[in-house]
Amino acid sequence: MNSSLFRRVIQQYSSIRALNNISARFTSSSSSSSSAESKTPAESSSIDPQFKKKIDDFIKSNKVAVFIKGEPDAPSCGFSKAVLQILNLHGCDFKSQNILDDQRLRDTMKLYSNWPTFPQIYFDGEFVGGCDILLHMHQSGELVNELKKIGIQSKLSDVNNNTTPSSAN
Amino acid sequence: MEITKDNIEKKLRDEFEPVYLNVDDVSSGCGLKFDTTIVSKKFEGKQLLARQRLVNDLLKDEMTKIHAFTQKTYTPDEWEKKQQKTITNPECETKTMNACTGDCKK
Repeated sequence: MNSSLFRRVIQQYSSIRALNNISARFTSSSSSSSSAESKTPAESSSIDPQFKKKIDDFIKSNKVAVFIKGEPDAPSCGFSKAVLQILNLHGCDFKSQNILDDQRLRDTMKLYSNWPTFPQIYFDGEFVGGCDILLHMHQSGELVNELKKIGIQSKLSDVNNNTTPSSAN
Repeated sequence: MEITKDNIEKKLRDEFEPVYLNVDDVSSGCGLKFDTTIVSKKFEGKQLLARQRLVNDLLKDEMTKIHAFTQKTYTPDEWEKKQQKTITNPECETKTMNACTGDCKK
């Protein structure tokens, strides 16, 4: 659409405020926020500061924080289940939030993490990635080292020394 | 544009000029699902998270409609080493949707 023509049409029928809002949507360059702007007004690219603080507090007060589909003892998705299996193999304590229970959290975490899918994993307040990344870290032995960096001794750390992953005990 | 394996492949191919690319459409009743393996020099010097963010950004519009998406990203060197490892230890070949539980005994 020709943005200047669009502006002239809208100018005849809308307030200046509406024009500014609409033209901003159609003339902004493609960016990581564009897919969020094309959705409903509630899903804007900004996050409510109070809600953000709750998320900040959750991920910073737990060494391993995960956002999953379902509960730790009843995951609702294969990828979330895989993440939980890996963390349990390493004997790693974690705290989780079920994004299926909270649509606002689900939508917000995509913006907060700049990550479109779940599960989402945080170590010591820092975003690690999703299932693919955690699985890679587990298979390569990196996960033992990354957990050690945040003060968690993995149950597989002795196994890692032998460079052969195997089930615990 | 409809989200298809071919469209996703084209986008990945155009962006990453991969030495190897595989896109599997594993869509099911839950929705659109794709497994991808991308081997590209453009991943050199980048950590895994950065690589996956590149792919996510490229497919950001598709991601709003895709239910599940897995990606394995390698540099050409990493891919070659992985092929060698697979040949010597075929039991280690992990099926895409199944997480390795560390049960392999060697």
